[in-house]
Amino acid sequence: MWLEPREHVSVAVRVLAPVGAVVAALALCAVLIAWTGTGVVQAYGLLYQGALGSQFALAETLTRATPLMLTGLAVAVAFRAKLWNIGAEGQLYAGALVAVLLGSGPLELPAWALLPIVLIGGALAGSLLLVGPTVLKTRFGVDEVVTTLLLNFIVLLFVSMMLEGPLKDPMGMGWPQSAPVLPEAELPKLVERSRLHWGLVLAMAASVVLWVMNTRTVWGYEIKAVGANPRAAGFAGIAVNGVMLRVALLSGGLAGLAGAAEIAGLRGYLTLDLSPGFGYSGIVVAMLAQLHPLAVVAASVFVAGIFVGADAMSRSVPVPNYIADVLVAVSLLCILVAGFLVRYRVRLSGVRAG
Amino acid sequence: MHEVVLRLAGVTKRFGALVANDDISLELRRGEVMALLGENGAGKTTLMNILFGHYVADEGSIEAFGKPLPGGSPKAALAAGICMVHQHFTLADNLSVLDNVILGTEPLWRFRSDRGAAAAKLSALAERFGLTVDPAAPVGSLSVGERQRVEILKALYRDARILILDEPTAVLTPQESERLFSTLKLLTAEGLGVIFISHKMNEVMAASDTVGVLRGGKLVAIRRTAETDRSELAELMIGRTLKAPAVEPMEPAEPVLTLAGVTVRAARGMLDRADLVVRRHQIVGIAGVSGNGQAALADLVSGLGVPDDGRLEVFGKPVVVAGPLEMVKRGVARIPEDRHATGLVGDMAVWENLIAERVRLPEFSRLGFLRRDAARARAREVIKDYDVRCPGPDAVSRLLSGGNMQKLILGRTLSYKPGLILANQPTRGLDVGAVAYVHEQLLAARKAGAGVLLISEDLDELLALADQVAVIHRGRLSPPMPRAAVTICQLGLAMAGHWEELPDVA
Repeated sequence: MWLEPREHVSVAVRVLAPVGAVVAALALCAVLIAWTGTGVVQAYGLLYQGALGSQFALAETLTRATPLMLTGLAVAVAFRAKLWNIGAEGQLYAGALVAVLLGSGPLELPAWALLPIVLIGGALAGSLLLVGPTVLKTRFGVDEVVTTLLLNFIVLLFVSMMLEGPLKDPMGMGWPQSAPVLPEAELPKLVERSRLHWGLVLAMAASVVLWVMNTRTVWGYEIKAVGANPRAAGFAGIAVNGVMLRVALLSGGLAGLAGAAEIAGLRGYLTLDLSPGFGYSGIVVAMLAQLHPLAVVAASVFVAGIFVGADAMSRSVPVPNYIADVLVAVSLLCILVAGFLVRYRVRLSGVRAG
Repeated sequence: MHEVVLRLAGVTKRFGALVANDDISLELRRGEVMALLGENGAGKTTLMNILFGHYVADEGSIEAFGKPLPGGSPKAALAAGICMVHQHFTLADNLSVLDNVILGTEPLWRFRSDRGAAAAKLSALAERFGLTVDPAAPVGSLSVGERQRVEILKALYRDARILILDEPTAVLTPQESERLFSTLKLLTAEGLGVIFISHKMNEVMAASDTVGVLRGGKLVAIRRTAETDRSELAELMIGRTLKAPAVEPMEPAEPVLTLAGVTVRAARGMLDRADLVVRRHQIVGIAGVSGNGQAALADLVSGLGVPDDGRLEVFGKPVVVAGPLEMVKRGVARIPEDRHATGLVGDMAVWENLIAERVRLPEFSRLGFLRRDAARARAREVIKDYDVRCPGPDAVSRLLSGGNMQKLILGRTLSYKPGLILANQPTRGLDVGAVAYVHEQLLAARKAGAGVLLISEDLDELLALADQVAVIHRGRLSPPMPRAAVTICQLGLAMAGHWEELPDVA
């Protein structure tokens, strides 16, 4: 058995590959569901109902999709330049921390001034957090997978320290949580009597902006060139390290914005369970979307829907909501396999060619 | 006549629609050196890969020492005494010569290795065939010629009876090649059969007993070397007579590139007090074995580096800050050494690659937005003017052939009427047609008033095109010599560091 690279891959195949991967993941997880003695059709039906079946369910799913969209975009933009940013989780917490610091009292400003400051401050915190690993990579060749991944734990422990110490809410009855942000620092709700906020619009706008950047601008061109062949890009006169730094600022900023938007739009205050792994799920989202910014929107809604739907499903049938984690993880594996099959043709027998 | 040790009968190999080897039959005798001559893509390497078991032939059979050789198994080939020395060596740089030689010859599940016996066998072989090399030296510290000796020793250590050499001289100086050929004589005297693959006529004439000429996958002729000559072989190889490029004599005008006492100490290679002048209407060739400072020189002219010491001037103005864009704006055309690695971004479209050097100039972008229509229009122009065979501006560059990639790079730079052209190995790996095209374009640019710095390892190319040739060795540049005053032999000696052999320039 061996592999042959495919020369031409049609657009249809590129689009269908992730869809096929998702179907495969659902089929694989059906085995687990059946194992619990639950009807697969019933379980997936409940999952669908819980994710998209009502206005409430839809709003919940979109609320959950908002940070995923931003972390997905953060990962997508970085991976395009082959900057392997595994640190979106840490950057999200850094953004949330700065959002709380700026929004919970020190600045007394009207909403039109405070809200942008909170969001931009959060984004900048994420940006700066990724600058370090990127400079280490471009200057000294330090593997950014390791540095960004480990920074996640450092940031989480730092946030924990802050929540137990200086940032601890005196009114919080001893819980490790920060004081809430001022009403002027809150993102307005998108739909009344739901948790859905304007962060979603922000995230969707970011995906359109990134798409335009990728396809129409010199920046997008340079990022693509640097990602595909840094030596040739450098030879042609593209400042490879500068492009990497720019990508780091963009990627970290998007992840930081995810954290700030969660604080400003949904939670109001910072706790250690702000993110159930949005940063890591962002990698799944970006891979499902094949790094395409517009597809990130769809992929994040899909992943969010799985989580929200699985919660609802687990309340009616004896399938634990951990099935969501399994489903998303299996989807990622299937996507990687699908991507591989799109690029290569597997030959089982016959005569080896070139 | 000695007995036949290797017999190929009707070997055919197809890759899809392409017939890489078409019904090839040949015989190699004991003590014989057979050269396989052919252009790139003629099927030489495919044939050897079939012989060595990397590929399986679709039709035909192979016999070694009278016994049929099963296809598709390098192990069987090794067991039959067939060893191959690849063009790109397969040595581990961090291991010693001895370790490299015994690597893979010992059973995996034994804890001790019998290094004493191995070392004795190795030094006996080295002495017998004059392949001197220190068995304890790490391979990474050896010169290219020495590494090749290690590869040959490796084959002999495995009791090779048939030795296949794939383009063995591509990386050697002419003198090192001579030495290799005398080694081959010793080997054949001991009864080995040798096949060596080449596209260099003079080596084939010098070192072989018989010549097989491949063209388009077919074995078009087998000749006794003594009964043929270069021009017959050349005609057989390319299927037509090829005329040498006509170089009109021209009066060099003002300098476009000046190096005065330039020293570079960089990881990629160094230059040591180099002096060089390239003028308009002039091609200056740089000869040398790769890795002697060509990269540093090319980087300077490409705008990827500045001198640590000394003066670098382009069009009479000093270059102080490194920057490819700065060089492009001044009117320097840069043809990089490696089309795939540095010339093009394979995953980008033809039009995207065409604008790579100028993407930030107003021609192709405004306010940070790409002018995609302008870029595509430009791509269509270049595709037409430079005869780039591709489906269109949106074709992925990776899928272009080597010749078409090079045309794309030529179009990207030469279409702007540059005053200085850096051509670094511009024809390496191209077929004869594409080589002729590149030469024509360089000569046309020279006629139009450009100065060309031609870095090449192909001495025939340098002596065909360059008005002057300088030799680079360990970062030192020899004084330039007019083409008429040098011979290949002198260049070869100079490439090994013997300046005094050069004719007096004055």
